[in-house]
This record gives sequence, structure tokens and C-alpha cells, in this order.
Amino acid sequence: MSEKFTVDKILIASIILLLSGLPLLGFSQYVMRIVILMGIYTILALGLNILVGYTGLVSLGHAGFFAIGAYGTAYFMIQHSISFLVALIIGTILSGVMGLILGLPTIRLSGTYLSIVTLGFAMIVQVVIMNWDSVTNGTLGMSQIPKPSIFGYVLNLANHGIYYLMLFILGLVTLGCYTIINSKIGRTLRAIKSDELATTMMGIHIDRYKILAFVLSASITGLAGGFYATLSSYIDHNSFGFDLSILILCMVILGGMGTIRGMYLGAALLIIFPEIARPLMSWRFVVYGFVLIIMMHFRPQGILGWRSRKQYPIPSELKNPYRMVEVEE
Amino acid sequence: MMLQQLLNGMALGMAYALIAVGYTLVFGILRLVNFSHGAVYAFGAHMVIFFIGMNFGLLPAVVFGILLSGLLGVLIDKIALNPLRKKKSPNISALITTIGVSYIIQNLLVLGFGSGRKSFPKLIESRSIMIGEAQITNIQVLMLVVSVMLFISLTVLVKYTKIGLAMRAVEQHETNAALMGIPTSFIISFTFFLGGLTAAIASVLIGSHYEIVYPTMGMMIGLKAFSAAVLGGIGVFYGSIVGGLLIGLTEALAATWFGAEYRDSVAFIVLILVLILRPMGLFGKKGLNKV
Repeated sequence: MSEKFTVDKILIASIILLLSGLPLLGFSQYVMRIVILMGIYTILALGLNILVGYTGLVSLGHAGFFAIGAYGTAYFMIQHSISFLVALIIGTILSGVMGLILGLPTIRLSGTYLSIVTLGFAMIVQVVIMNWDSVTNGTLGMSQIPKPSIFGYVLNLANHGIYYLMLFILGLVTLGCYTIINSKIGRTLRAIKSDELATTMMGIHIDRYKILAFVLSASITGLAGGFYATLSSYIDHNSFGFDLSILILCMVILGGMGTIRGMYLGAALLIIFPEIARPLMSWRFVVYGFVLIIMMHFRPQGILGWRSRKQYPIPSELKNPYRMVEVEE
Repeated sequence: MMLQQLLNGMALGMAYALIAVGYTLVFGILRLVNFSHGAVYAFGAHMVIFFIGMNFGLLPAVVFGILLSGLLGVLIDKIALNPLRKKKSPNISALITTIGVSYIIQNLLVLGFGSGRKSFPKLIESRSIMIGEAQITNIQVLMLVVSVMLFISLTVLVKYTKIGLAMRAVEQHETNAALMGIPTSFIISFTFFLGGLTAAIASVLIGSHYEIVYPTMGMMIGLKAFSAAVLGGIGVFYGSIVGGLLIGLTEALAATWFGAEYRDSVAFIVLILVLILRPMGLFGKKGLNKV
């Protein structure tokens, strides 16, 4: 057990080392941009994973929260010249608050109904973006969103600042998710996923925890949105359609629901795929469809999905009633 | 003006209802949201164009196009979904599979027909009929009449025929139905056939109304029809009709009151409001937990 633990530690340490040294390898800005996009989508997948992977609620509308984070951040940076970090936090909070507003009345809906509400929500967000000209600049989209700067130091692709910022945020979100998942909240969420009725019987207010998961997920998604806005410096309503919601969901499921490392893999694969599949031209989405179908057929739990099947480890300081028998012998 | 909008909304609403029925049929039997339905809808209209291009004549082309869409529905079930059922995969895998199928169909249509808009032939010479102040085209009347006829025959099929009885049995409990000697896998395929059929009929009607078709035409309308189905209570037959009409009408009215640019969001706003008040949809049954 402890040996495995150190292997894990070494693995994680070497990945972190590799990631932080990545800019030194001299990739082109194009490649670095894709790597940063991967990071953003990993954050998105981590956010959705809280809902889909741990709580068992399927959202088909995370593009809506992504859009709110992006537009919120961009709006405050452009119109009010607020610094990047503060705007990003505002965008994140806005998105979380929207999650709360949407979640409060609708969280008691079951399965399919909740999914369709989230889908509808994303559609409504898109229409609002297209028509709220004074804030979102309508269908023209917002352009010239400033690059993030921290204490006057502008972070962009050339000086790799934006890459390290991505790495920092990604690390923070990963750590946050890890902490949440392994806390009381995470245990409750998993309990809700496996059996709502039994969880209620344990005296847990499942609606509260569902809303909490919803808000957390929405906030993380909004955070990714705000960061995306400054990376691409141009956003319009087309970037936040139904396809995006589906893409994030596919990342979560492909990588392996209910795992953290699965999100990294899912996001990386689905971002790289259209890039390396460019020679396939129009066929690539056909191939993409086939990949999804074949994947669901042969590995429905996702590539790294076996992890979530592992039993919850009982902490060693707890006396295991079954081990007592052995001791007596 | 008001009457005019009501008529427009009704014609459009019936079309939504026709597509919604496809979602409801499949959902009723499998508890699965079939995201490939919108793609089948687009496929139907394109096949009709294809057959017309092959000089089949209008009516045979329409019939072949519709039948082929029904077969596509069966094919989707047999190739993609049936194996998943056999393995007892989680429902979300089936959902993702239908999304994959819709990507394949849509992009094959793009490859075969180009992504642009293509003109769709009129089914009948279009003429306007005046009802009081309002004006309605005979194509809209055709939409209404065909949909109503289709709904009546579907209801009769499900309620009063042997295969309908079998469908209802599979809906209630697949294993038990199989024990009673019902060929469940055939029944499910038949349901998909009906779903494809109705989708294609809807796309022919709507195509000849707007006189334009394109590969992604099923996207938005599919989502709206899906929300119509959920609005009425997914899995319930007449629910889709009411849901479709409700969304068609509110859309038409909202377009006149608030402007056409908000049109696309109305369906979803109505949906969310109804679901807050009635979590199972207007006529839905309780206890649907799967996705």
C-alpha cells in the first residue's frame, strides 16, 4: 500500500516537473496554445465531473456557465478596466450564482428532466448573449479582450506567462477537486450517486448537497470561461453552443467518470484529436462519432474508469470489525 | 394579426409535436434520450432530395425517403444501441452513443450533399387561404392535417393493435415482456422504425414549408422538439402533442410581442417554468430516474 503511494507521488511529481518545464522545450506558439486549451478543457471536465462523475447528475448545458464566466470576465475587464484577477473572480462568482439560481428551483427534478433544464438554460444564455447588446456586444462578439496581467506584468503566449497561469489555475482546481472529493462532501456526493434513497435515510439533505455540487461545478466552469476569454481575446455566441456542452461531457465520460486523472486524459485526447485529424478534412467528425460509439461499446466506464470502481478506503486508524477476527485467531 | 400568429404557431407546433413523438416513443420504451433523432430528421429530407435528383418523381421520392429514414432508425438501434443493451451498459453510454451517431449522420450528409442550404421542392402548389383576417398557406394546412392523421393512426396502433400492446408491455417491463413471448428486440426496432418514419415525415412537411433543407437542420428543431416532449411529459403520447403545440404557439406569440430574435429561447423558458411547477412535465408519469 505505502509502496504504491510513493509510486503515485513520484509519478505526480515528475508530471508536474515535466509540465513546468514544457515551455523550455521550444514548442511553437501554436502548440503551446493547444496545450493551454487542453488545460482549460481539463478544468471544464473537472468541473463537470463533480456533477456527472460524483453526484450522478448529467448536465447538458455547461456551455452556458462557461459563457457566463467568459462574458463576465471580459465585460469587467473591458468596460470597467478591472484587473484580470479580480474580473476572473467576479466571472467565477457570477457563474456560481447562476448555478445557484438555476439549481434552487430545479434540483429536485429527476434525471432526464434536470438534464433538459440545463440544456435549455444554455440555449437561453446563448440567446441572451446574442441580444444583450449593451453588455455582450450582440452577435458581433467581444473583441480585444486584454491579456491577463499580474501586477502590471502582461502574461501572453510569447513569454509563456499565460501557460504558467493556466498551470497554476489547473493545479489549484485539481487540488480543490481532490480535497472536495475526499472530504465529507465528496463522500456524501458519491453516496447520492449510488443511492439517493439510502442517503436520505442516513439523514442527509440530498437537495442541499446537490445544489452545492451544482454551484461548485458551475463556478469551476465559469473560472475556465474567464480564463478562456483572455486567452482567445475574442468571444462570440458561437463559441458556446450545444456542441461545447457535449464535448465537455464526452471528455468526462471518455476519460472516466469519477476520476481526476481521467479528466486530464479525456480533455487531452479530444483537443488533440481534431488537430491531428486535420488531414481527414470533413471526415474527422464522422471518425469522431465512430470513436464515441466504439468507445462506449468496449469501455463504457472510460479509459481510466476502473479507478472509480475501487472501494472507498477505510482509514487505517478505524478499527475494521473484520480484521478483529483475524487478531483473535 | 393575433389569429394569424395562432395559425402559424399551430402549424409549427404540430411539426414540433411530430418530431417530439419520435423522442417519446424511444424514451417510453428504453428510457433513453435519442440524440440521433434530429440527424434522422435531416437525413429524411436529404434522401427525398436525393431520390428526386435520381428522377424518381416527387411522390415515390417522398415515400422512399421516409421509409429509408425508418430503416435508418432500425439500423441505429441494431448496430449501435442493441449491443449496449445486451451488455447492460449504463444509460449514459447509450446517450453518448446516440450523440456519436448523430455526428456521423450529420457529417455524412455534409460530405454527400455539401453543408449549404438546398432548395426543397414544394409538395403541392402553394396557395393562400384566407380565414377571416388571417392567411394560411395550403402547405400549412397540409402540415396540420397530416400530423393529426398521423397522431390518430399512431394512437390506434399503440392502443388497439397487437404490436401496440407488445410495445406497451416492453415499456412496462422488458424482461417480463420477453417472458410472455414478446420478441422484445423486434419491438424495440419497430419503435425506432416508427421514430424514423415520423421524423422524416416531419422533415418533408417542414422542408416544403420553408422550401429549404441543410444537414444541420435537425439540431435546433430537434432540441426544441425534445423540450416539447419533456414539457408534455416524456414517454406520454398526447403529452408531445400538447407540448409541441404549446411551444409552437408561445414561440409565434413571443415573436410578435418581443421580436423574432428571442424566438429560439422561448421554448426553453416555457420548459423550465413548467418543470419548476410540475417536475414530471404536464402529463408525465412519476419515477423516471435514468438519463
